[in-house]
Amino acid sequence: MKLKYSGLVAAAMVAMAGAAQAEVTLSVLIDSGADTEAVWAALTEAYSAKNPDVSFDIEVRPGGAEGDNIIKTRLATGEMTDVFTYNSGSLFQALNPTETLADMSDLPAQERVLDSFKPVVSAGGKVYGVPIGSAMGGGIFYHIPTYEELGLSVPTTWAEFMDNNAKIKAAGKDAVATTFGSTWTSQLFVLADYFNVQAQVPDFADRYTANDAKYASTPAAMRGFEHLQEVFEAGYMNADFGAATYDEGVLYVSTGEAVHYPMLTFAIGAMSQNNPEGLKEVGFFAQPGDDASSNGLTVWMPGGVYIPAASPHVEEAKKFVDFVATVEGCDIQTATNGFQGPYLVKGCEAPADIPRAAADMMPYFEADGRTAPALEFLSPVKGPALEQITVEVGSGIRGAADAAALYDQDVEKQAKQLGLPNW
Amino acid sequence: MKRKSHYPYWFVFPAAVIFTTLFLVPSVASLWFSFTRWDLFHAEYIGLENFVQFFKEPFLVQGMVNTVIFAFVTSGMKTVLGLLLAVLLTSGIFAQGFLRILVFFPVLVSTIGVGITFTRLMHPTKGAINIALAHMGIDGPGWLTDPSLALFSVALVDVWKGVGLATLIYIAGLASISPEYYEASRIDGATRLQQFWRVTVPLVRPATVTVITLSLIGGLRSFDIVWAMTKGGPGFSSDVLASVIYKQYQAGFYGLSTAGNVILFALVALIVIPLVSWMNRKEVEQ
Amino acid sequence: MSRRQLWTGIAALCVSLFIFVVPFVFILFMAVKDKRAASKLEFSWPTEWHLWANLIEVVEARNYMLLLAYFNSTVITVGAVSLIVIFSAMVGYILQRRHSRWNSLIWAGVMAGLMVPPAVVPTIWVLQNLGLFKTIHGMVLIQTAYGLSFAILLFRSFISTIPRDLDEAAIIDGAKPLQIFFRVILPLLKPATVTIIVVQSIAIFNDFTNPLYYLPGKENVTVQLTLFNFQSQFVSQLNLLFMNILLITIPPLIVYIFFNRQIVAGMTSGAVKG
Repeated sequence: MKLKYSGLVAAAMVAMAGAAQAEVTLSVLIDSGADTEAVWAALTEAYSAKNPDVSFDIEVRPGGAEGDNIIKTRLATGEMTDVFTYNSGSLFQALNPTETLADMSDLPAQERVLDSFKPVVSAGGKVYGVPIGSAMGGGIFYHIPTYEELGLSVPTTWAEFMDNNAKIKAAGKDAVATTFGSTWTSQLFVLADYFNVQAQVPDFADRYTANDAKYASTPAAMRGFEHLQEVFEAGYMNADFGAATYDEGVLYVSTGEAVHYPMLTFAIGAMSQNNPEGLKEVGFFAQPGDDASSNGLTVWMPGGVYIPAASPHVEEAKKFVDFVATVEGCDIQTATNGFQGPYLVKGCEAPADIPRAAADMMPYFEADGRTAPALEFLSPVKGPALEQITVEVGSGIRGAADAAALYDQDVEKQAKQLGLPNW
Repeated sequence: MKRKSHYPYWFVFPAAVIFTTLFLVPSVASLWFSFTRWDLFHAEYIGLENFVQFFKEPFLVQGMVNTVIFAFVTSGMKTVLGLLLAVLLTSGIFAQGFLRILVFFPVLVSTIGVGITFTRLMHPTKGAINIALAHMGIDGPGWLTDPSLALFSVALVDVWKGVGLATLIYIAGLASISPEYYEASRIDGATRLQQFWRVTVPLVRPATVTVITLSLIGGLRSFDIVWAMTKGGPGFSSDVLASVIYKQYQAGFYGLSTAGNVILFALVALIVIPLVSWMNRKEVEQ
Repeated sequence: MSRRQLWTGIAALCVSLFIFVVPFVFILFMAVKDKRAASKLEFSWPTEWHLWANLIEVVEARNYMLLLAYFNSTVITVGAVSLIVIFSAMVGYILQRRHSRWNSLIWAGVMAGLMVPPAVVPTIWVLQNLGLFKTIHGMVLIQTAYGLSFAILLFRSFISTIPRDLDEAAIIDGAKPLQIFFRVILPLLKPATVTIIVVQSIAIFNDFTNPLYYLPGKENVTVQLTLFNFQSQFVSQLNLLFMNILLITIPPLIVYIFFNRQIVAGMTSGAVKG
């Protein structure tokens, strides 16, 4: 019977694998995107060149909430690859790292990783990951030639931003590229606004974690939702906003089809893969708040590279992960996708020639008090349904106040599942 | 002396063991787990909290409402279109046999494949459907991006895929109607339309009951087509109970997900059982 | 054939070709284009035909994952259908031939199996405790459990057409129950058996939801799951995604062309009687 036969084949394969012990194949799970795939192809190739007995099998997963859930489910069912990439911060906390991930506290790489990164991949006093990619800013990309053509200047308040949009619309162009086909992109206006939220309510994160402050009851926090609603209602979005994808959004802003694209700076990587000539035409500025004097960038720590505790190749995987967090690892990333922002590994420098958008971002890091970490790095509480709620606001299905209240409800489920006190 | 039956009970055992272990036990267990907060290892009793959440959180409520709408819309369309198609395909028109094959083929094809295909065809600006409409001067709507349309568009694709089965069942039902009835009504001077209403519809009732029952149950439990086309989006406007159950499962909220299963079962039972007994009772009266 | 029938037929043919065939033509066109042309989503005749190249690329993707998927899906389908046919025929046989109070219990079970949606997470929990989670044989048993009800229904109504005299004759000849069943009854059930084989094979081969929940894991991929996962793999290579759809559509098409008549006969015999 067929089942017996496949059992025999499997046994034979195991026997053969046991004989060739020196060779290891490490499986790696990465999120989809031309830039991510390119950089991991390069990293694994470089490592295999130095360690010929290690080969790699790269698997791609979707991003956004579906990706989050795939990661959680695969960890829970013991189906995770030997190495995988994922966000740091609260999303990392939701993985139950002390039980599911391999401890990386004693990896040689940890000496090179900047101290600012370690908290976002730590739990229970242990470090579970190393950084991949660079620190990112959440803000708005803009198409420079159009700005010059219409005589616009970089806005420092939200009102100025909407003014610019009005002029752009009057000139017959799409003002704000919107890509709800990739639902995770709908969250940017809300999440990138956090610098402005904490400028007005400095202890929001702590009170939020303690179930004391809510989006719906904190006007400063609700502004992000309101921004999304305003952009929709003013008709500044592209016609196919409901179905356009992230890749299309990047393309629109780099070709000038749309003038603004609210996004994280890792989009520079996508741009350098899909439309490298567009890189010099695209600039970047932080999402403006209502106050011109406190204009700063909401910053995301890069994602982490992790190893599941249940992997059969933990030691080999650790050596590879160690390689990723070296100067050579950084150089490979810069060479593949261009420089996108400061790395979190000591000794990784920016090259002389960096893309315009990255150059626009650096001043925020260099001055004091012009950056703030995003909320997900200050609080473990993040609800799984945010991106669908923001799609609702951005499509005009639900008003901002309603949506904020709804998100508060969604967050409650996650907090209770995490067993946080006070919820 | 008790004679050993030639139809021994143990014949039922293999099926019974598999069915009980892998179907009945989980179904009964779901009643317990739906009252807990569960992560597959520990289950903490929380009473009715999961159910309260289902009826309180707008997107969970929406999932339930959408499920009922979806089920009735697809079932209704499949029943009506199926009967009309069956009548057409038994009236002896040209290429009748080939048409029957054509109509039934979508039933056999991968639902995911159908979902992926129609999602591309329904793209608001680049999809073939809207481009064709534009050629005719009509501004095509956002089939899957307009929140008030998304569920209906998915329902349309589901009907496209499933109407062949309803047609097939009806064709068999029509074949069992004795021609004498039509003869008699023709002698009475009935028009074709009157024949349809007075002879065909009543006598094809068993097939109608089957079609309605199967399509309602299927519609209420629908998952594949919704997941392949919209994943419940935009926002939550096309979420149905099955996709809600899956999302809660993915997020790790196992107790909530199981509560969704219990609600789905209750919904199926509450809608289908009374409907089927009502339809059967009417048949007896006939 | 009257003129009315001829013209109605032609009209129906045109409309049907448009509604039912056009989507498949779209799949074919997309599957043979190159990456750039496919990303435009146009319903246009391909300027270049890359049928073979695309096919190879899809089959090779992720270490020949599609071939593994075909193998797994086939194993599951064949395994489950075999069990379903034999076990449900046995139950249908007892239900029809032996009248006892247990029958209503069995009947209730069959109805429950048709109507009650499976409780997924508790099933995972049961499977894990039995060591069957993420295994192919676990999946076979699950598909069997879910497919029994419909098959029992069909067999039972079909067995009622087999006269008891045949059983009597075999008993007089000294046959034991198992022998009566396998030698006398089962062969006569062939039309119903063929129907169930065809219907269940297609349903299980096309099943997406159950392997999604109960069979995660790279070695366990099924055909539908591969297609679904390739949406992220081929996010910018729609031509390959549609080639995959084309490849998955072929087996049911072949089955349909060969067993067309039996599908029709079988579906209707059980269904109409209700």
